Amino acid sequence: MADLLTLPNVLAAAILVSLQAYVLFGGADFGAGMWDLLARGPRREFQRTLIAKAIGPIWEANHVWFVLAVVVLFSCFPPAFAMLTTELHVPLSLMLVGIVLRGTAFVFRSADERRDAVQRRWGLVFSLSSVFTPLLLGICAGAIASGAVARAAQMTGASFTGRFIVPWTSPFILGVGAFTLALFAFLAAVYLTVEAEGHEPLQEDFRRRALGAAVAVFACAAATLVLSRRYDPGMTHTLVNSPWAVPLQLLTGIAAVGAILALVTRRFRVARLAAGAQVSLIVWGWALDIFPSIIPGALTIMEAASPAGTLRATLIVLAVGAVILLPSLAYLFRIFKSRPSAFERLEDLSADV
Amino acid sequence: MSDLLAARSQMAMSLGFHIVFAMLGIGLPLLMVIAEWRHLRTGDPVYLELAKRWAKGTTILFAVGAVSGTVLSLELGLLFPGFMKFAGAMIGMPFSLEGFAFFLEGIFLGVYLYGWKRISPRAHLGAGVLVALGGVMSGIFVVMANAWMNAPTGFAMRDGVPVDIDPLAALRSAAVLPQTLHMTLAAYASTGFGVAGIHAFMLLRNNGVHFHRLALGVALAMAVPAAVAQPLVGDFAARFVAQTQPMKLAALEGQFITERGAPLRIGGWPDMERAETRMALEIPGGLSWLAYRDADAEVRGLDQVPRADWPPVPVVHIAFQVMVALGFYMAFVALWAAWRAVRRRPIAEHRGLLWALVAAAPMGFIATEAGWVVTEVGRQPWVVQGVLRTADAVTPMPGLIVPFLGFTLLYVFLSVVVVYLLRRQVTASPASSEGDGHRTAATGARTSGGPTAHG
Repeated sequence: MADLLTLPNVLAAAILVSLQAYVLFGGADFGAGMWDLLARGPRREFQRTLIAKAIGPIWEANHVWFVLAVVVLFSCFPPAFAMLTTELHVPLSLMLVGIVLRGTAFVFRSADERRDAVQRRWGLVFSLSSVFTPLLLGICAGAIASGAVARAAQMTGASFTGRFIVPWTSPFILGVGAFTLALFAFLAAVYLTVEAEGHEPLQEDFRRRALGAAVAVFACAAATLVLSRRYDPGMTHTLVNSPWAVPLQLLTGIAAVGAILALVTRRFRVARLAAGAQVSLIVWGWALDIFPSIIPGALTIMEAASPAGTLRATLIVLAVGAVILLPSLAYLFRIFKSRPSAFERLEDLSADV
Repeated sequence: MSDLLAARSQMAMSLGFHIVFAMLGIGLPLLMVIAEWRHLRTGDPVYLELAKRWAKGTTILFAVGAVSGTVLSLELGLLFPGFMKFAGAMIGMPFSLEGFAFFLEGIFLGVYLYGWKRISPRAHLGAGVLVALGGVMSGIFVVMANAWMNAPTGFAMRDGVPVDIDPLAALRSAAVLPQTLHMTLAAYASTGFGVAGIHAFMLLRNNGVHFHRLALGVALAMAVPAAVAQPLVGDFAARFVAQTQPMKLAALEGQFITERGAPLRIGGWPDMERAETRMALEIPGGLSWLAYRDADAEVRGLDQVPRADWPPVPVVHIAFQVMVALGFYMAFVALWAAWRAVRRRPIAEHRGLLWALVAAAPMGFIATEAGWVVTEVGRQPWVVQGVLRTADAVTPMPGLIVPFLGFTLLYVFLSVVVVYLLRRQVTASPASSEGDGHRTAATGARTSGGPTAHG
């Protein structure tokens, strides 16, 4: 245990906590954008209004979790960052395009009050980029886990497509992309059942969507597992063999079943908690699967680590930052606690942007 | 276009775009806080309306800044992985601190926006102060990383690899003080004049509007001190460049040969072929005096380094001239406005001054962009001065012109959208579009149409 708590490992864990927060908060924002695209039925416009109310432009700040992960990665593991950004240039650039388009469309939609054809077109940009971005995020995670990044890094003589396109477009990696998409959609639908409190038909709409997404998550997970057996035997090997694999998979399964049971019995706040736990466990499972590598096949956490001085200084900044920010965040949430659900806020005209 | 040039252009375009939003994100929260403070002091509801208006502007810019900042954090590695691999351990610290400052800004912007009726007026004003503080600290931390690139410190080179790394080095670079001061003042002056110019224009069309008079007053309260101090800080920054980056100084002044009693060249065209700056207005001994406070001091010229190591001199020289000229114009207008204010004459009633303010509106932004051209292009061919060449840091991926053009289109599009939105937020007089009553009525109508019609 003692040799697990090394300075590089602790900072790698900090990156992971940051990514976990990004998936929990930012992932749900992306998922909400997908439900905007898939809004159906008699309450279609009303669903969209609820989604718009549930996430304000201030929540573009959720990207700060992603930026934090990136910053800690390049300060503490510079060679790993350089390798990722070099080999995954294309999917990462496309992901950035998605983030920019989504932010633009979103700010526009919420700052502009008119409801017309122009608005709908913006809505389409918003929801399409909400689909596009998580897909690429998942692709990058899959490319890292499958060792594709390491393989690409060795192809210095290869053609452009050979090195910069082919490695991250294997069926397994695309499967991880689809899985991420389904996961974010599930998370968002569960959150939206809570946001719709006070309006039963709407709550039922999102309950049905959450259950549908849960099925999609399972389907994608199964497909990915089959694909990984076929295209990447190394990965399933570690999944079974590492000592924490079984308990972790078990916990993830319990959380997933718990979330579905809570949805079936309409305990929406319990479902939110269980879904959050399930997604967090998946993020940690992904990380423990590649541990102690940071880029499997190329770099371990130890090999990529900056000098101890930098690691220590970064850790201190993270700790001091947490001491200042966590109470501030608690204060913000206390103000929010007096805040009604998004549905009730449709009537509250005082403050929201 | 070579891959290196495409990568540099994409970085320049992304930063050039982000810097405008970053500056507004530093300046607008301060305007918002001043307006709310005036509201608490005077009880004038127009000040409250201004604070809310600027808070909305801050939110839009915060979201856009968050997005373009996210892009930049990855783009550093996407375009210059060699630089990040080399410098990550040394410039990580200011970026981590920047992350927290930005976070703080975001949290308290949330408190500010959602807290109007939920917390006490003083706590609300306090939240606004923290938003303004978070904004300015973010800017300072990011500029620190750039200061380290200009005056790298805190490591030793062994076999081309940095060793004995001091993780706090970037915070201690000698360039930190001149650069952060210069940039912070630029943010306040640019935003202040930008906002003042808009309201001056509205006053020229109808000078009786109380709303625009107060807005102009608040904007100038921020812009005037910053614009007056800026030439002095600029002189401080230039003297620092003379000591640490003599070739950048030589490029920005068009100084090709090493000489004593070097003249100050105003305007002119640096001819790289003939190695001389032609058609400039020369003030004898001026540069020697400005750089070293001695009209006979020796100023090192570009002849000190091989021709291949020269930055593109015309670009740097012209950008510098533009920055200085605009800076002096803004300082002049600031003093003019201050002079009228001291004599208790309403600024809103002097049409000449109002037109001068309208002209100044875009100048801070142009001057800041020009200033960044000077500092970044002037450092070439180095990405880390004297240690790492830009050409050695660029990504091996070919075809970089494609992402460059793609992101350029995307950002042009985003700029159009934001300008459109801000125009609606900032320029409209309260009566014309969205006094609180109007907006409430409109939103109320819409929501009641939602659930009841369908549900």
